[in-house]
Amino acid sequence: MDVQYVAPKTLDEAIRAFAAAAGSGRILAGGTDLLVQMRNGIVSPGTIVDIKKIGELTSIEETKDGGFRIGAAVSGMVLREHPRLSKVWPGVVEAANLIGSTQVQGRATPGGNLCNGSPAGDSVPAMVAAAATVTIQGPNGRREMAVEKVPKGPGRLNLEPGEIVVSFNLPPRAKGSSDAYLRMIPRTEMDIAVVGCGVSLTMDKGTCTAARVGLGAVAPTVLLVEEAAKALIGSKLDEAALAKAAAACSAACRPIDDKRGTIAYRTKVAGVLLKRTALIAAERAGGK
Amino acid sequence: MAKLHVSTTINGEPQEFLCDAEQSMLDVLRGPLGLTGAKEGCGTGDCGACTITLNGRIVCSCLMLAAEAEGQEIGTIEGMAGEELHPLQQKFLESAALQCGICTPGVLMAAKALLEKNPDPTEHEVRFWLAGNLCRCTGYDKIIRAVMDTAADMRAAR
Amino acid sequence: MSTTGSTKTPETANDNKWIGKRTIRPDGADKVTGRAAYAADTTMPGMIWGKVLRSPHPHARIKSIDTSKAEAYPGVKAVMTAKDIVNFPIDKSVMLGIQDMRWMCRNVMAREKALFAGHPVAAVAATTEKIAAEACKLIEVEYEVLPFVIDVEEAMKPDAPILHDFIKYKDKPSNIAGTLEHKLGDVGEGFAKADVVIERSFRTQPVHQGYIEPHACLVSVSDGKATIWSSSQGQFMVRAMCAYLTGLPQNDIRAIPAEIGGGFGGKTIIYLEPLALILAKKSGRPVKMTMTRGEVFHASGPTSGSYSTVKLGATKDGKLVAAQGTFCLQAGALPGSPIRGAAGCAFAPYDIPNVHSFGYDVVSNRSKVAAYRAPGAPIGAYGVECVMDEMAEALKMDPLEFRLKNAAKQGTKAAHGPVYPRIGFVETIEEAKKHAHYTTPLPKAKNGKLYGRGVASGFWFNAGGESSAQVNVNEDGTVVVITGHPDIGGSRASTANITAEILGIDYKKVSVLIGDTSVIGFSNLTGGSRVTYASAMVVTQSTEKVITQLRERAAKIWKIDPDAVVWENGEARPAGDNAGKFEPLSLGQIAAQASATGGPIGAGQQLNTTGAEGGFATHVCDVEVDPDLGIVRVLRYTAFQDVGRAIHPSYVEGQIQGGAAQGIGWALSEEYIYNKDGKLDNPSFLDYRMPVSSDLPMLDSVILEIPNPKHPQGVRGVGEVPLVPPLAAISNAVYNALGRRFYSLPMSPPKILATMDMAAD
Repeated sequence: MDVQYVAPKTLDEAIRAFAAAAGSGRILAGGTDLLVQMRNGIVSPGTIVDIKKIGELTSIEETKDGGFRIGAAVSGMVLREHPRLSKVWPGVVEAANLIGSTQVQGRATPGGNLCNGSPAGDSVPAMVAAAATVTIQGPNGRREMAVEKVPKGPGRLNLEPGEIVVSFNLPPRAKGSSDAYLRMIPRTEMDIAVVGCGVSLTMDKGTCTAARVGLGAVAPTVLLVEEAAKALIGSKLDEAALAKAAAACSAACRPIDDKRGTIAYRTKVAGVLLKRTALIAAERAGGK
Repeated sequence: MAKLHVSTTINGEPQEFLCDAEQSMLDVLRGPLGLTGAKEGCGTGDCGACTITLNGRIVCSCLMLAAEAEGQEIGTIEGMAGEELHPLQQKFLESAALQCGICTPGVLMAAKALLEKNPDPTEHEVRFWLAGNLCRCTGYDKIIRAVMDTAADMRAAR
Repeated sequence: MSTTGSTKTPETANDNKWIGKRTIRPDGADKVTGRAAYAADTTMPGMIWGKVLRSPHPHARIKSIDTSKAEAYPGVKAVMTAKDIVNFPIDKSVMLGIQDMRWMCRNVMAREKALFAGHPVAAVAATTEKIAAEACKLIEVEYEVLPFVIDVEEAMKPDAPILHDFIKYKDKPSNIAGTLEHKLGDVGEGFAKADVVIERSFRTQPVHQGYIEPHACLVSVSDGKATIWSSSQGQFMVRAMCAYLTGLPQNDIRAIPAEIGGGFGGKTIIYLEPLALILAKKSGRPVKMTMTRGEVFHASGPTSGSYSTVKLGATKDGKLVAAQGTFCLQAGALPGSPIRGAAGCAFAPYDIPNVHSFGYDVVSNRSKVAAYRAPGAPIGAYGVECVMDEMAEALKMDPLEFRLKNAAKQGTKAAHGPVYPRIGFVETIEEAKKHAHYTTPLPKAKNGKLYGRGVASGFWFNAGGESSAQVNVNEDGTVVVITGHPDIGGSRASTANITAEILGIDYKKVSVLIGDTSVIGFSNLTGGSRVTYASAMVVTQSTEKVITQLRERAAKIWKIDPDAVVWENGEARPAGDNAGKFEPLSLGQIAAQASATGGPIGAGQQLNTTGAEGGFATHVCDVEVDPDLGIVRVLRYTAFQDVGRAIHPSYVEGQIQGGAAQGIGWALSEEYIYNKDGKLDNPSFLDYRMPVSSDLPMLDSVILEIPNPKHPQGVRGVGEVPLVPPLAAISNAVYNALGRRFYSLPMSPPKILATMDMAAD
């Protein structure tokens, strides 16, 4: 069967084309996962819907309340080049820029990273930690959903047929807030995360007053680890609090043994990364 | 089989071609367009041998649909030299920064984009910028040195 | 100083004009502009595409193959199976170099059984790649799935599934396909004299050569004569193997060497060429075939994984008195692992009176191994050099001092046979000992990171063998040199340096080409670290013949005796005043009169070269370890190597740096991972983790030139020994950082952390 390629200029057209293709439609954002899957015969789309010609999906906007709306098809490199985003959300930006090589960073998008449904996608734990939501639009209209609610399992999403992730919404920041993302990979670049950890927090006179922790590659989906956040909140991020938060991360892990890491390794490293990531975020937020 | 008609610009020249919807830019470059300087080392974006520029940004042409080139500016290794070699090309020759040469077009495309963005990169910056360009022959030593030496020459010449 | 900070500069070591100079390679401009034609870049009018159907099973009897649906598929022009390939019966060995055609004919396409997941079963040629791939799916293969065995230790067990009933060990069917033994003295007596004895076992995983260019070829058959463009380390090997496997005589096959995108030994055999040839013959169309990266990993040779045991005995004063090693190597599905390299090179750097070295060649349901840079030697050296480190520690000696005390030198009898002539091993250790790298203290532990330093040495045989060259003087006095070896790493530049030096002319006046099989005489593989060594010999002799002709022509012009003419600085001159007074004649002037003085000027030489002599190296490595994540990074690396004479220092350094980088990958991150179904689980550059540029530091190389007395320029082979020491050098450095020894590669983060946690418990 012939494959169709469409590059609509409006979201409505894209949704119509995507819905018309029913199950055989695939969204093309950066293409860095889709083309590999097509080549390996994992997917054989009937219609490829390129969403990069749609303004809303390719722009970054700072909202009036100080939040950000990031189009789902913005590449990691464009995120990094935004003058304000890196200052307010350094963890989100660094996570999106850890995906693949320089060549891939110019293409790969947070929307694609989320919708690929991999528990190891780097930008997802950072978005979860950031309390980001996504705006989704489909044949039945628009809705908003917390990022951590989007994945259902490896390669599976809680989206209705025909729905497209349009943008990410990052909330306004309280004073003394920042975030960070660290991942463990065997090499220095070019690997899939064996464990990924995003931490977003607010510091007030050396005390952590708010925190969120996202963990990647340790369960079928990216995890929001509330127990770890609880251990950090109210503490001065002292060794005892960090150890408690690290233990909570390790306890939350439900990993697998695979070619990239073992259960024991992932479980331990989740805790190690939590400590390191929290300290970086706190430093950025103005120090302990 | 209806082919897609694509109008694009390659190395500054207008270019038209026909392709299948699922065909990669790399396949079209190497096949109908005869631009075989971009190499296929993996087909999955892991080696960088097929690196080209899309509107000035480096991309793996194996991870780009040919149809996406419509209305865009593509740059390939064939467009890197003018009447004379680009300083990076010349330095790679003088420094023996290639052995088998299969990764070289991709490395050069990536290095050129780096120096356009950052004329004074540190060794660390060069190494991380080029991390997506696998080389199995050189251990990268002479490649990294050649890029940094070229950057220094180009800064001095300015 | 040269480009590499600490490299000595051979160009200052002599008054040569071109030998030892960093000239620009003749093929360079094409390679930096994208114009160089590699095998996959070649096309022909009417060309169609070939694709291979591969076995999904690691071990299965092939009961039947029905190709009728594929043949009927629109666009399909030919289909082939093992029936179309010449069958070499299993009871009679037919050797081509180190390859047995019995195994080769079964490796390029499964015959009785599919022996690994990815083993070719059939091939299709069709008008497009897509149609060929679709048609492959229409081929119906009936398999009887058999039990399989992947790992070497499992394969050696008495109850292991047997791959080949005809392979017998101690009169019983076995997966042990061969053994090799080296003996010197009496190890029993030797160990009795030892004050300290250390015995350890080691495991390594198969690693792939990792060339960036997948295998590719284009074959055209016209009037029964085949032309092959392909990526290989030897066009003559391609021709000979294709002749064997297709039944064509060699004169009906012309093998043209395309530019080759890396080989490292992995392209010393063929995979696609005979299939494309048969498909081209059947279809009447030129057939192009390329492997995907997945196919490269699944079905082309990695090198062996291994299980080895090494035992060393030394006296209190630090003298080795006995050594014993057992090296069990995976051959893959068909016999032929590099046990000679493992068992032969393992103890070769040392003067040890009593040695027993034993190798087992073991088949299992993996792709057949191919040569990889000093085949087998890194596996042997890994165990030996790790035990050397432990022994030095036990004896409270500096590890380099301990090696120096036991280093082989001129006159040492090696267990694998030779008595060494002048070699430069001692110099590599002495240079390492006094080098700033070794004398600079390691960083102190900080930010939770730990630091360690390790050293190791290594040996590789090097090789001579058959080479041919032709040197022709053009009408304008420029020169064309043709040799028969594919140039992978700059050997054309070395050939040009030598020719220009001997003729005394400008390097730029020399062009160097690689001849195809119908242009130049037989030349053995680009492999064994032999090309610069052997081609220098034939090029030197050819050029000397040309000089004799040039003197004769000058003599004819001057009407004097040729003996009264000398060749100096690119000119013919009268030998002295008695010869007569004549203005010197340049190469150009003589060339211009060539027709009048006897015709074209040129000469060739063909030799089976000998005297290659072994290569030695010592490496020093510093690592940083993150003990909480188990990550090891190499911070500093220096390789010391006796190269005999560096004809082109940049490409000598490049070989050393490239070998070290491959060793770092082998030690830390590269491995073949199989799943429980016996299939390779990481057939991509994403999960087969070769070092990327941000993983490595600068790789310093210190070139030592202790000329090989048996070579006109003093050359020793260079390319392979750099991969021999790194595995142990890094392993020893990790021990130095962590205080825990690792006996298994790769030292991946989960493995490091598991070992550290065991120690903590």
